Amino acid sequence: MREDTKTLVFAAVVCVSCSLLLSGTAAGLKTRQQANEDFDVKRNIVKAFGIDISAMTRPEIEATFEGHVSEKTADDLPLYTWTEDGTDRPSKYAFPVSGKGLWSMLYGYLSLEADLETIAGISFYKHGETPGLGAEIEKAWFLSQFAGKQLYADGKPTNFLVTKPGYATGDMEVDGISGATLTGKGVEKLVQKDAAAYANYFNSIKGN
Amino acid sequence: MDSAAKKLLMDPFSDNNPITIQVLGICSALAVTVKVDTAIVMTLALTAVLTLSNFVISLLRNVIPSGIRMIVEMAIIASLVIVADQLLRAFMFDISKQLSVFVGLIITNCIVMGRAEAFALQNPPKDSLLDGLGNGMGYGIILIAVAAIRELLGFGALLNRQILPESYMGNGLVLLAPGAFIILGLLIWAQRTISKYVEE
Repeated sequence: MREDTKTLVFAAVVCVSCSLLLSGTAAGLKTRQQANEDFDVKRNIVKAFGIDISAMTRPEIEATFEGHVSEKTADDLPLYTWTEDGTDRPSKYAFPVSGKGLWSMLYGYLSLEADLETIAGISFYKHGETPGLGAEIEKAWFLSQFAGKQLYADGKPTNFLVTKPGYATGDMEVDGISGATLTGKGVEKLVQKDAAAYANYFNSIKGN
Repeated sequence: MDSAAKKLLMDPFSDNNPITIQVLGICSALAVTVKVDTAIVMTLALTAVLTLSNFVISLLRNVIPSGIRMIVEMAIIASLVIVADQLLRAFMFDISKQLSVFVGLIITNCIVMGRAEAFALQNPPKDSLLDGLGNGMGYGIILIAVAAIRELLGFGALLNRQILPESYMGNGLVLLAPGAFIILGLLIWAQRTISKYVEE
């Protein structure tokens, strides 16, 4: 019996000390972790607006976000607008995109020019695709193809395609990634799906 | 440093390497070795966890009731891993995003439990600390070697700096798990030839 009591007391002491250690760490680091996650979102929105952030420091990116980007809702969907210095009309619009790749969900932001038809930029901030293959979707060579392509025509989403590498022609197609055809198809689907979801909203603000 | 302590620290680098000789910790050696920077951070995280868990378990070795020995070890290791994961998320956010679940999976890394059972339970805290440090670094040196080969052949880069000319076509095979298996197999072969280790 004495042996059992000792075991129980020991287990209780271990449990309490471990949980104190863990809750202490979690509580102490929470603000910092939250700040990192918030910054990650801001960084990717700025990137989706077609800004080259590779040489920018964290405070510079924060300042760019505060200075130009504001958050809105578009018929209950999240929307971000970009306003140039000295103007009060938004010159670009961005919205979140997400969908299934090959192994994982892809999350990103896509932005439109003021004409509400042309893509200004795109970024992906979270995915679990294969490094060197599907993970190329976050590389500049892939993302930079999107700028200037046509997402809507006459108020309807275009048939936007991610083609085989080297086969993209016209302004509704981008080159896919060699060895990552299914990730490319995932990008194609998610762009089409979210373009359709926002079509009504963009039609409603057009011409205002 | 006396020779016994030196042996504890240095043996895991070659003659008793946790990966190439004991063949432990293989899953993370395949998963986080696509780039050198993630391999280095993984090495630091595992070494910190292993050193501390060996130390704490060795301190408690005479009071842990034998009936709940393993579950107590598990609780200590799991707590240390979560602390390491939280610290990475707070201070090295980008790398912790790349390592994703693999920091958490240090809990199941056979090296940590293996050293606790095989060494820390029978030896005093100072020796256990050195054993943990040695095994962590021994694991890390193989991890970094595999990562260096994969990053160089796969991206033509090292530590994210382009080494080979831009015209080099990255080799997709070495970036996938089979490529890591092949490289790891070759390293194990080389290591065992040099140290003349033969599986009984």
